[in-house]
Amino acid sequence: MTSRVALLVGTSKGAFILDGDADRRDWRVRGPLCEGWPTHDISVGPSGELLAGAGSPWFGPAVWRSDDLGETWTHASDGLTYGDDGPKVTTVWNVTAGLDGLYAGVEPAGLFKSTDGGQTWKHVEGLTNHPSRPQWGPGAGGLILHTIVPHPTDPQRMWVGISAVGVFETQDGGATWQTRNKGVRADFYPENRYPEFGQCVHKLVIAADGGGERLYQQNHCGVYRSTDGAASWDEITPGLPSQFGFVMTAHPRDPLTVWNIPLSEPEQGRMMPDGAAAVWRTNDGGETWSRHGDGLPQEDAFVGVLREAMAHDTLDPVGVYFGTSTGQLYGSADEGRTWSKVADNLPPIWSVEAHVVD
Amino acid sequence: MSSTEGATEGARAATVNLPRSLVALFPGADRRMEARGATVLDVIRDLDTRVPGLANRVLDAGPSLRTHLNVFVDGEQVGLDAAVRPGARVHVIPAVSGG
Repeated sequence: MTSRVALLVGTSKGAFILDGDADRRDWRVRGPLCEGWPTHDISVGPSGELLAGAGSPWFGPAVWRSDDLGETWTHASDGLTYGDDGPKVTTVWNVTAGLDGLYAGVEPAGLFKSTDGGQTWKHVEGLTNHPSRPQWGPGAGGLILHTIVPHPTDPQRMWVGISAVGVFETQDGGATWQTRNKGVRADFYPENRYPEFGQCVHKLVIAADGGGERLYQQNHCGVYRSTDGAASWDEITPGLPSQFGFVMTAHPRDPLTVWNIPLSEPEQGRMMPDGAAAVWRTNDGGETWSRHGDGLPQEDAFVGVLREAMAHDTLDPVGVYFGTSTGQLYGSADEGRTWSKVADNLPPIWSVEAHVVD
Repeated sequence: MSSTEGATEGARAATVNLPRSLVALFPGADRRMEARGATVLDVIRDLDTRVPGLANRVLDAGPSLRTHLNVFVDGEQVGLDAAVRPGARVHVIPAVSGG
């Protein structure tokens, strides 16, 4: 059977699905879905179900679910609460399928787990009970748990990214958590720029080596690689035009290949440098980087890309996709070497996921 | 579902008018429903027995009314603990916000 790709796009004004043809060249737009709710993330569950993390300014947070590739949706939020005396959960920032259930990251930062397909949720209290919690502070996007990275084989292990707090790991199924920020800079502190926590992680990805020890992260202050399960980090920023950016995605088969999109410095617009759009790629784990702008606008392109808005598919060659905060969606069917526009005039794009449909 | 379901014996139910954007989240729900309860909170919880999940969309932790929703009883803006007389007219209305 011929595979095709469905791009799952979360925007500030609802979810959209772009159905691609077999060549990943022509795309049909469906949407807005999820009743136009601001949608931070869409992922795919173990049975092929679509899971959208969203929050309505009027109706609160929910995880939306579709079992028919987005034709119909339900929503649920039972248990997505810190209790009547706790802070109010405003929105769901991330939904990720783990080895033993579904996980949701929310604002204000915390982790929730579902073992019934997203109908009900339970607070993973171990993370909130971390002794650093009283000192957690928000980044520009709020105090958000935006990234969830399950270990590929061990259900007891998981990493999460919180802005502007850093990376945490559990090795006991969420009961306890450890900070994982050693070697990551926090330039916004006046003296100790390598604190135990307080780093502004923007995106955390795991490499496809199967062992769960190699991870990469795009941080507010640089790009990093870990080869010891995030116990320590080495900076791999040199070779990139900027240390700042939000997105990062890792090749599904080659552990040394990662794509990211450097942006201008945070106080200078957070746009692709020099008005020229480009995706950067390393094939050697961050030792060297190469720029790829073929097919992307190279003049007057003052665009930014937010933290969840780049993805890859699992076809061969790998397709890579990114969406801009001004509603353009671009794709590459040759591992990021050449690009074409997939869609224009979408609402501000917050997330992109590529779902291979057989 | 029928707009009169749940309005059983006892005092006359209140009539609750729900916004289109809320009803759209619950296929089969009506924009105008009858519900019983001594307070606005009770009325919302009564509605939730027939429209499961509705209370989660209207109520935040506390419980409190979600920030950008307003409730009116007989034309007066009220909170969750406001009394609802038999036969009252209750409106749930989204606030003017967004961009």
